[in-house]
Formats: sequence, structure tokens, C-alpha cells
Amino acid sequence: MSAARSETAAHLFAALGDATRLRLVGRLCEKGPMSITHLTAGAKMSRQAITKHLRVMEGSGLVHCTRRGRESVWQVEQRRLDDARRYLDTISKQWDAALLRLQSFVEK
Amino acid sequence: MNTDCIEKKILLRAPRERVWRALSDSSEFGTWFGVKFDGPFAAGQSVRGVLVPTTVDPEVGKLQEPHSGTVFELKIETMEPEQLFAFRWHPYALDAAKDYSAEPMTLVAFHLEAAAEGILLTLTECGFDQIPLERRAQAFSANEGGWTIMVGVIEKYVCGTE
Repeated sequence: MSAARSETAAHLFAALGDATRLRLVGRLCEKGPMSITHLTAGAKMSRQAITKHLRVMEGSGLVHCTRRGRESVWQVEQRRLDDARRYLDTISKQWDAALLRLQSFVEK
Repeated sequence: MNTDCIEKKILLRAPRERVWRALSDSSEFGTWFGVKFDGPFAAGQSVRGVLVPTTVDPEVGKLQEPHSGTVFELKIETMEPEQLFAFRWHPYALDAAKDYSAEPMTLVAFHLEAAAEGILLTLTECGFDQIPLERRAQAFSANEGGWTIMVGVIEKYVCGTE
């Protein structure tokens, strides 16, 4: 594993090691992209404090921010979440290949 | 998304006893899977295998070449003749330098079912969710695959999707 990857890993765990950040990611997963105004509505924390948390997670590649007019809109980095499926996909594909070998083995 | 199980089905145009032999006889299993086992399969017992490139499909054999010599263990759980063959193992344990023995194992099961043209074989592998968070985090720093596990954890526990 490269040093750069280790560093990315360290960032990820730091980014998730906080209840506020986990809640923010959870809301973004559930509701889809949200403006900073929506994200902070009803929160006990200031907009600045929440933005700071979001920036930490942005640094780890978990969420990203786009501008919509004067608003910042935050969303979960879907590509990262898609990576989750790859582990099972890899194992799944190995089984596909193994079962095809079994098939040619018993049908010959 | 179900993060705990994989399920596969395949129709094998062969007699039930032929399919059963290919699964339950360790040397036959080894031939198509690409493993050389040090003994027969018996319920309740463990058997060690060494990865050897499969000869059934030379192309796959070539892909398996880099992992040749990797040692792993199957704990045979169930052998119901011509019905069900199940074992536990450490999934995707290809890092020869790593000791996987303390980790939870997944359960791999082959179910044989009569079909019009042969045997419908259902393969399931379950227990991926049992791999503890901490271990997934370690896997993350140990190899790239761990990253995807960690993100899987995020997806499941944080986003609540399955």
C-alpha cells in the first residue's frame, strides 16, 4: 500500500471518528444533495462549525461540495460508496468463474 | 444491497451423483477449483489446501498463477450426500504473508436441486457482515480491498441501505 493511500486511509478514519460527521453523512445519504441552509436548519451548531466538519470529510473524499447560485450544496461521493460493492463483486465474479469451471468439469 | 451474502445459481447438465462427487471428493473439487487438498472432506473436520492453477480453464489458471502456493483451510460443516455440501473459510484470503486464523469465517454452501435437465446448483456464501469493524479497518490499511469493505460498512451502517 502506497504512502498516499495510507494517508487517505488515515484521513477517512479521522473524518468518520466523530458523531456529528457521521450524522451529516447519514443525512446526505438519506436525503441526497442538500444545501448548507437545509443541513444547518434545526441544528444546534453554527453554520461555520458544520461547514468545518463537512470540509474535513471533503478532504477524505467522502463528500463534496458544489455551488448552486450563492448556496453550497453538499453531497456524498457516490463513487466511494460504489466501491463498497466491488469487494463483493470481486468475490462474486470469482464464484461465477469457479462455477463455470465446475460446469465444464461435470458436463464433459 | 445485501452485504452479508452472495448467492449464485447454475444449471449443471449432469447426473446428481456426478455433481455430488465433483463437490464432495476433495481431489475432484480441487481439480475445478484450483486447489490441492491434503486429505478428504469429512463433516466436522478441517482440511488444508494449497492453491494450484486450475487445469480446467487454462486462461483462469494463468490468472491464478500469482496466488499459486497460497495455503488455506476449509472447515467442513455439512455433507448431506447428494443434497448439501457446506464449509467455512476465510474469504479472499490471498495474502500469503497474513495470518487470517483469528478472523471470523464465511459459510459457503452448495445446494443440489433436481431440475428438468439436470441439477440446479445454488451456491451461497454468507457471513461477510460478521467480519468486525475493527478488522475491516485493519484490512483497509493492509490492502486496497479493505477500502471497499470500509466503504461497505459506511454504506450499511451510516446510510442504512442494504
